[in-house]
Amino acid sequence: MTDQILSIVTFLPLVGVFFILVFIRGDEEAVARNARYTALWTSLVTFAVSLALWFGFERGTPEFQFVEEYEWIPSLGLTYRMGVDGISVLFVLLSTLLTPLCILASWDSVKTRVREYMVAFLALETLMVGMFCALDFMLFYVFFEGVLIPMFLIIGIWGGARRVYAAFKFFLYTLLGSVLMLLAIMAIYFQTGTMDIVTLVSDAQIPGNMQLWLWLAFFASFAVKVPMWPVHTWLPDAHVEAPTAGSVILAGVLLKMGAYGFLRFSLPIMPEASAYFTPLVFTLSVIAVIYTSLVALAQEDMKKLIAYSSVAHMGFVTIGIFTMNQQGIEGAIFQMLSHGIVSGALFLCVGVIYDRMHTREIDRYGGLVERMPAYSVIFIIFTLASVGLPGTGGFVGEFLILVGAFQANTWVALLAASGMVLGAAYMLYLYRRVIFGRLTKEDLKAILDMNLREKVVFAPLVVIVLWMGIYPVSFLDVMSASVSNLIENYNQTLAASDGVSLASLWSGN
Amino acid sequence: MITADLMAILPELFLACAAIALLMLGVFRGNGSTQLVSSLSVMALVVTFALILLPARPESSPFDGLLTIDGFGDFMKLLVMIGTGVSIIISQRFIQREDMARFEFPVLMLFATVGMMAMISANDLIALYMGLELQSLSLYVVAAFRRDNLRSSEAGLKYFVLGALSSGMLLYGSSMIYGFTGTTNFDGIARVFEIDGGVSIGLIVGLVFLCAGLAFKVSAVPFHMWTPDVYEGAPTPVTAFFATAPKIAAMALFIRVLIEPFGGLFDQWQQIVVAVSIGSMVLGAFAAINQTNIKRLMAYSSIGHIGYALIGLASGTEGGISGIAIYLTIYIFMNLGTFACILCMRQKDRMVEGIDDLKGLSKTNPMMALVLAIFMFSMAGIPPLAGFFGKLYIFLAAIDAQLYTLAVIGVLTSVVGAFYYLRIIKLMYFDEPSEAFDTPIGSEMKAVLVITGVFTLLFFVVPGPVVESAAAAAATLFPG
Repeated sequence: MTDQILSIVTFLPLVGVFFILVFIRGDEEAVARNARYTALWTSLVTFAVSLALWFGFERGTPEFQFVEEYEWIPSLGLTYRMGVDGISVLFVLLSTLLTPLCILASWDSVKTRVREYMVAFLALETLMVGMFCALDFMLFYVFFEGVLIPMFLIIGIWGGARRVYAAFKFFLYTLLGSVLMLLAIMAIYFQTGTMDIVTLVSDAQIPGNMQLWLWLAFFASFAVKVPMWPVHTWLPDAHVEAPTAGSVILAGVLLKMGAYGFLRFSLPIMPEASAYFTPLVFTLSVIAVIYTSLVALAQEDMKKLIAYSSVAHMGFVTIGIFTMNQQGIEGAIFQMLSHGIVSGALFLCVGVIYDRMHTREIDRYGGLVERMPAYSVIFIIFTLASVGLPGTGGFVGEFLILVGAFQANTWVALLAASGMVLGAAYMLYLYRRVIFGRLTKEDLKAILDMNLREKVVFAPLVVIVLWMGIYPVSFLDVMSASVSNLIENYNQTLAASDGVSLASLWSGN
Repeated sequence: MITADLMAILPELFLACAAIALLMLGVFRGNGSTQLVSSLSVMALVVTFALILLPARPESSPFDGLLTIDGFGDFMKLLVMIGTGVSIIISQRFIQREDMARFEFPVLMLFATVGMMAMISANDLIALYMGLELQSLSLYVVAAFRRDNLRSSEAGLKYFVLGALSSGMLLYGSSMIYGFTGTTNFDGIARVFEIDGGVSIGLIVGLVFLCAGLAFKVSAVPFHMWTPDVYEGAPTPVTAFFATAPKIAAMALFIRVLIEPFGGLFDQWQQIVVAVSIGSMVLGAFAAINQTNIKRLMAYSSIGHIGYALIGLASGTEGGISGIAIYLTIYIFMNLGTFACILCMRQKDRMVEGIDDLKGLSKTNPMMALVLAIFMFSMAGIPPLAGFFGKLYIFLAAIDAQLYTLAVIGVLTSVVGAFYYLRIIKLMYFDEPSEAFDTPIGSEMKAVLVITGVFTLLFFVVPGPVVESAAAAAATLFPG
C-alpha cells in the first residue's frame, strides 16, 4: 500500500470519475446531488490518503521518497516514475487540500451540468497531483499539458460572460509556451540520453551554449504559467471569467506549476543559463511587482484586482527563486504555498458575495460589515495575510524572499519591498470599499451572512494561514534539505564552469 | 519459382480475386445485393488482414524484383485494410439513405485497395505506376459516385483532371529517371548512387517530378488544391475513405521511393520534403481557421497532418520513419472516428455539414460530443491523448536529425491548428443547442465511435504494441 501511495493519491480521483460516469443515473436533480457527494467524498478520501505523505515524509534528506517505477515506453526509455522530495510534497498536499474545498464551494453555485463539472474537477486533481509527482520528463509534460483540457472546459462552460474569449486565451497562451518546452525536453533527451528527472537534476552535463537555448524554451513555458510580466495578460481574463472554484485552483495550484518548473528544471538542469539570465528574471519580476500592483489599485472588478495581485505575488516568488540562496528559495516556496491558500481564499470570499449579488463590481458593495460580521472577519484575515501582516503566512514568505534578495541584489530588494507597500494599499482599499462605509444600497439590505457550508470551507484555510504565520518551521523543515541540496549542486556546477555569453547563442553551436 | 512468387503476394491475390468475385455476384444479383456485397467486402478485407498478419511472410522480392514484401509494407497494408474496412462499414447506412446503394461502391473500394497494396509493395517504377493508376481510377469513380449530384460529379471530375496531371508529371519524372539510370528497378537505381559521378542533373530533375506527383497524392502543399473541393463534394463516406486509406498508401510509397532507391540523394530531396512539410503545416493551420463546412475543415486538417508526417520523412532516419508509422496509425483512427461523427450529423433526415450545426451537441447528444471532443483535442496534440504521441515521435525524429527550425515551425503551427480544433469543442460545449441530430445513429456507428474513441483516449496506457511494431516496420527499410 505505502509503496504505491503516490499513484493512489494521483489516480484515486479518476475512480470517482468512473463512478460518476458509470453509476449515476436518474433525473437531473438526483444526478446533480449524487455527483456532488461522490466528488466530495472522493476528494476527501484523496486528501486523507495524501496526509500519509505529510506524516510519512522523512525530513532532513534531499532524496526523493515514495518512489515508484514501472516500464512505460521502453524503446524511448520512458518510465512511469513517481516520487516526491521536500519541494514537491507540499504542492501535492496543497492540491489535494484545495480540491475538496473547491467542490464544496461550488455546491450551490454550480447548477448546470453538475456531473460534468465534478468530472472535470476530479480529472484536474489527478493531473495536478501527477504533475508534481512525476519524475520522468515526458510523464511530467503529459500531466503539465493535460491540465489544459479540464481547465479549458471549466472556464468555457461554467464561466462568466466573456468565458469563450478567456478560455481560448488561456489555452493558446499556455500551449504556445509548452510546445517550445517540449522541443527542449527532446533536445535534453538526445543530449543526455535520459528522461529521468532524478538523474538530470543531479548531473545534467549540458554544454553552456545549448543551455541558453533550452533555458529560453523552458522560460517560454514557465513564464506564461507563472505568469510573469509581460505574458501575464491571460490571467486576469481567465480569473475573471472562471467560476469561483476554477479561479481558486488556477491561483492556488496552476500558477505554482510555472514556479515549480523553474525550481525543478531550470535551476538544476541549466544552472549556467539560469545564472546568466538572472538579471532578466529580476527585471521582469520587479516590473511585475510594481506595475501590476498599480494596475490592481485601479480595478473596479474584485476578481480582476485579486488576479493582478496574484501576478505581483508571483513576481516575488520568481525573485526568490533566482536569488539562489537558502532564504530566497525557501521563501519562494513558502510564498507559493501561502499564496495558494490566501489567494484561493480571497477568490472564495469574492465567490461568497457573488453568489448572493451576482456582481463582482466593487461599487455595488459597501457597508457589508453591518449585515455580514462573520464574513468581514474572514475577509480581513485573508486581506491581511495577502498584505503580509506578521502572524500570517504571507509575512513569512515575503520576509524570507526580501532577506534573500538583499543578499543577491539590494536594488531588487528595495524595489520589491515597495511592492509590499502597494500591496497593502490595494488590498486595504478593496476591503474598505466593500466592507466598511454605510450600508446604503437597497439590494444589500437583505444580504445574509455566511452559512455553515461556507464557514466549513474557510475554517481549514484560516487555520493553515495562521499556522504558517505563527509556526512556519513545520513547513520549512520539510523543504530545507531539498533546497540546500539544490543550491549546493547549483554552486558546484557554476564554480566548475567558465560561464556562457550571449554571443555564443549565435556561434552555431 | 512462380508458386513462390504467387505465395508472396497471397493477400493481394486473394483480395483481387475476391473483388472480381464480388463484382460478378453483384452483376448477377443486381442492386438488391448491395448489402450482401458490402458485408462480404468487409469479410474479404478481414481475411486479407489475417493473411498479411498470420504467416510471418519472409522478406522477398517476387517477380524479379518488381515488388517487395517487407515488414514496412505489411504494416502500412494493415492500416490501409483498417481504413477501407471501416469506411465501408460506416458507408452502409449512408448509401442506403442517399439512394446510391449500388453494388459497385464497395467493389470499387476493394479494387482501389488492391491498387494501394501494389503501391505499397512497389519496387519498380512500372509497378509503382500500375498500382497508383489502379487506385486512382477507382477513386475517381467513387468520388463521382453520386452522379446526379452536381457537387459530387464536379469533385470526381476535378479529381480526375488534376490526378491525371499529377500522373503525367510522375510518368515524366519516371522516364527521366529511367533515361539517366538505365533501369526502372529500385534496387538498380539505388546502385547508381554507389558509383562516383552517378548523380546527374537529369536524375535530380526526374526525382523532382516524381516528388511532385507523389506530393499530389498525399495532398501536400503546393499540390493540395484539389483536396478541399474533393473532400467537400464527394459523398461523406467517400471522403472518410479518401482521408485515410489512399493517404496511407501514398505516404508509404513516398517513403519507400525516397528512402530505398533515392537514399543516395538524401541531401537533395531533404530540401524538397522540408519545404513541402512547412508549406503543408502552415497552410493546414491557417486556411482551416475560416472554414464553415466541416468536410473542408477536415481537408485542411489532413493537409496539416501530412505536413507533420513529412517532418519524419525529412529527418530520413529510422526513428523518423517509425514516427510516421505511429503518426499514421493514430491519424487513421482519429479520422475514421471523426468522419463517423460527421456521418451522424443529420437533421430531419437530411445530412448537414456546417460546423455551426454542431452547436450545443454536448446537451443534445453528450456521448457523441465527448467522442468528438476527444478526437479534436487529440488532433490538436494535447496529452495524454493519442495525437500527442504521434507528434511526439515525429518531433523527436526532427530534433534527433537537428532539424530545429522545422521542429519549431511545426510546434508553432500546431498551436495555430489547436485554435480551430478548439473552436469545434467550443461550439459543442460552450454554445446553446440549435437543433438536435437525428437518433438513433445505428449500432455499427456506435461501435466505430467507441473503438476509435477508446483507442485515442487510452493509447497512452499501453502504447507499446503500436510503437514497437512501427519500429520493427521501419527497421526493415534500413538494412544493416
